[in-house]
Amino acid sequence: MTAAHTLVVEDLELGYGGRTVVESLDLVVPPAKITCIVGANACGKSTLLRSMSRLLAPRSGHVLLDGKDVHRLPAKQLARTLGLLPQSPIAPEGIVVADLVGRGRHPHQRVLSRWSREDDAAVADALAATHTTELAERHVDELSGGQRQRVWIAMALAQQTDVLLLDEPTTFLDVSHQIEVLDLLTDLNRSRGTTIVMVLHDLNLAARYADYLVAIAAGDVYAAGDPSDVLTTETVRAVFGLDSHVISDPVSGKPLMLPLGRHHVAEGATV
Amino acid sequence: MTVTQPDSTSGALTTGRPTFGRLLWLLVLAGVLVALTVMSVVIGSRDVEWSDILAALGGSTDNIGQGAVAKRIPRTVLALLVGAALGLAGAVMQGVTRNPLADPGILGVNMGASLAVVVGMAYFGLWTQTSMIWVAILGAGIAALFVYTVGSLGRGGATPLKLALSGAATSAAFASFITAVVLPRNDIAGSVRSWQIGGVGGASFDAVGQALPFLAVGFVVSLLSARSLNSLALGDEVAAGLGERVAIARGIAALGAVLLCGAATAIAGPIAFVGLVVPHLCRMLIGVDNRWLLPFSALTGAALLTAADILGRIVARPSEIDVGIITALIGAPFFIYIVRRQKIREL
Amino acid sequence: MTATLDTSTSGTDTVAANRVRRGRRRRGIIAVLVVLVAAAFAASLMFGKTFYPPSDVMRVILGEDVPGASFTVGTLRIPRTVLAVVAGICFGLGGVTFQTMLRNPLASPDIIGISSGASAAAAFAIIVLSLGGSQVSAVAIVAGLAVAVLIYALSFRNGVAGTRLILIGIGIAAMLDSLTSYLLSTAATWDLQETTRWLTGSLNGTTWTATVPVLVALAVFGPVLLGQTRNLSMLQLGDDTAQALGVRVERTRIVLIIAAVGLIAFATAAAGPIAFVAFLSGPIAARIVGPGTSLVVPAALVGALLVLVADFCGQYAFGTRYPVGVVTGVLGAPYLVYLIIRSNRSGGSL
Repeated sequence: MTAAHTLVVEDLELGYGGRTVVESLDLVVPPAKITCIVGANACGKSTLLRSMSRLLAPRSGHVLLDGKDVHRLPAKQLARTLGLLPQSPIAPEGIVVADLVGRGRHPHQRVLSRWSREDDAAVADALAATHTTELAERHVDELSGGQRQRVWIAMALAQQTDVLLLDEPTTFLDVSHQIEVLDLLTDLNRSRGTTIVMVLHDLNLAARYADYLVAIAAGDVYAAGDPSDVLTTETVRAVFGLDSHVISDPVSGKPLMLPLGRHHVAEGATV
Repeated sequence: MTVTQPDSTSGALTTGRPTFGRLLWLLVLAGVLVALTVMSVVIGSRDVEWSDILAALGGSTDNIGQGAVAKRIPRTVLALLVGAALGLAGAVMQGVTRNPLADPGILGVNMGASLAVVVGMAYFGLWTQTSMIWVAILGAGIAALFVYTVGSLGRGGATPLKLALSGAATSAAFASFITAVVLPRNDIAGSVRSWQIGGVGGASFDAVGQALPFLAVGFVVSLLSARSLNSLALGDEVAAGLGERVAIARGIAALGAVLLCGAATAIAGPIAFVGLVVPHLCRMLIGVDNRWLLPFSALTGAALLTAADILGRIVARPSEIDVGIITALIGAPFFIYIVRRQKIREL
Repeated sequence: MTATLDTSTSGTDTVAANRVRRGRRRRGIIAVLVVLVAAAFAASLMFGKTFYPPSDVMRVILGEDVPGASFTVGTLRIPRTVLAVVAGICFGLGGVTFQTMLRNPLASPDIIGISSGASAAAAFAIIVLSLGGSQVSAVAIVAGLAVAVLIYALSFRNGVAGTRLILIGIGIAAMLDSLTSYLLSTAATWDLQETTRWLTGSLNGTTWTATVPVLVALAVFGPVLLGQTRNLSMLQLGDDTAQALGVRVERTRIVLIIAAVGLIAFATAAAGPIAFVAFLSGPIAARIVGPGTSLVVPAALVGALLVLVADFCGQYAFGTRYPVGVVTGVLGAPYLVYLIIRSNRSGGSL
């Protein structure tokens, strides 16, 4: 099992150029759980994730990993504990899957160090966990969307971090691959206790897979907590500007959001 | 030509740009041109007395001063003509390719003309101006076709970046070939070198006269394409929907541009960036309606090149800087400015 | 941490075995390249207008005075061939570094204006300031870095977009090339050979004094670059991923740029901007070694081989003596066009 790490965001202010995107945001990420962050486009959720992984320096406030400011830790040391899979990772042309997964070992290697048995074991383990062992010698460009995403997750796994951040890991995948990836992440969390924080655009999938759901609106946390507490008609209206019904999903027992548009609304179904 | 109401598209393009403003700019431009023409005759790398200037205008070449002025007259005429040709060709190219970065230099058209001329000189013993012009036009046409084809392969067609890149690559290829051809030929090396930088210094009325028919045809064909370029600007499908025969219109306009570039390069060497900068300047002043933009580009090009030539004669007295270098030094920063202004999506 | 990872599984063995196999193949190819470079080097010393057997060449290298050979081999061929190898390595390293760092084969220093800058500065130093030797190299490296900074600054808008950077580089290159043309046209003696040297690169008349600064540059910047090879591979994955893996992206980039520009500037100051070597070495190495692995060392070897072979051909294969830059230019430019065609067709990331 992995060690449980505390990840705390304190009074964070983030921005680009003249724009402020996130303002005095506080968040406590529950250790060893799956946290999903949702919100409308440009509400600041990707920006928040980037700052949590040190990609974006805050204007004020802190991101604390085990009580230490993330932006003051040495880069490689942080990378051994906290991993990020960004939104559009780039695979070098012609690279083989095993090579790409192996790149995840970088934080554990010194400048002159050679590949060790541990490195190979970590790669093998990551491949097995993501069910990509058969793909190990294939070229990444030849893979399908779902397979490629699993390979990227394998790379993040080879990093052997206790905390894993993912920025929209399911966005360009078709629905079967989306479920595949989310189930895989759940396996990871249940079997290794990896703390997972991911930004998802699909509200219902987020509610289903999250242990802790965070809804962001206008650069601040609107609601955070158990999905059934957070995903309510009021939240959806406040965060997305949309009228909806929220029912209990008969498949998972988690909340399910049914949007109410101008058409195709049955009699008596309005709020 | 267009079957539907002729003003439906032109109306959309001319709203907000009062004709009065354009006429004003036209007057200003005409004034500037006249002033520059005068300056070009009067100023140069050698100071000349007024009496000598007037005498030379009258035709006498009794002393060095008058001789210098006499040389400046065809030079000025050449600068005006070549500048107009390049400015117009650039505007047409930008319209045909819908590409803000199109320019005879960047798209390798000038290099193609140069290579053809050099090959003609080296291997076919062509020396007359007329044959050189024909050859240059041929080279320009082949280069344009090649660059456009390479640039339009693949997704997205001929995007500005792909065209610029294929133009740069083709220019580099042609430049290397030119060097390879010229190097063993010490007989033509000197004249090729000085011609290649791009200058109007060696002008004579004879050379100008040879090029005139080609330039004239080029001007006419290009200016007549103004309306179809307006339609093409809306996109191929929309233009076809408005009754424009897209491929033919494009071909004719491109032909006009190639004639202008080929002839201009043949007599003045490759001069870059004029065709790029001029249309952008004109668009800022008078808008995007090609019926105004094309003639304006011609006049502005003439003014720009003449000004560059004057600059080249003053800045490095008693010698001169060839105009091709001045346009490159001024044009490249402008090119960079344009690239910076565009949103990434458009590139 | 997961200290309980089992390192004895068969899965681990398979991964390790495959990795070793890939590494072995790669090392084999590099060995072949080294042999080829050595062979080309030896051939350049022995063959030419006059053939000198290996024994004569060895004696000249060891310092003996051999009639005929001492001058031809010792004074003419050895410095020229050594510079060919060293400059080729420098250009190859510089090119592949930029191409990998900017994730685009077209972002090569000789296309985006860095070579043009070094060349213009060198021409300026020699013609206008009448400097010589290492002073010219110093001017060249300052100019190269200035151009790199300029391009970076001009193309920066919330990060550097590849397409904009390349276009701006092309514009700057055009400007600097015309500046070089102008400087050359004002030179006291209008010499076509000298012109081609500064516009396309030439090894004619190389002396030991010209070669030494480049050797020093390689000895200084080369190890720096080699040390950053792993970080460079990480940058291929994109800035975000690289940073997530613990790479200090900005710092790495600065170090890489300084080292690459240093190599290119010193080599350009000695041999001129030998056309397309920096651009071609990386893609050719990728075709030989296969993409997806580090191309740094293969590209260096390919660069050396290109310059050696091109210079030899330029001297003896044709009726006229062509400087090495013309040969690489004539061969390289069509390859550039081919690359663009191929990349456009496959919808590649341009």
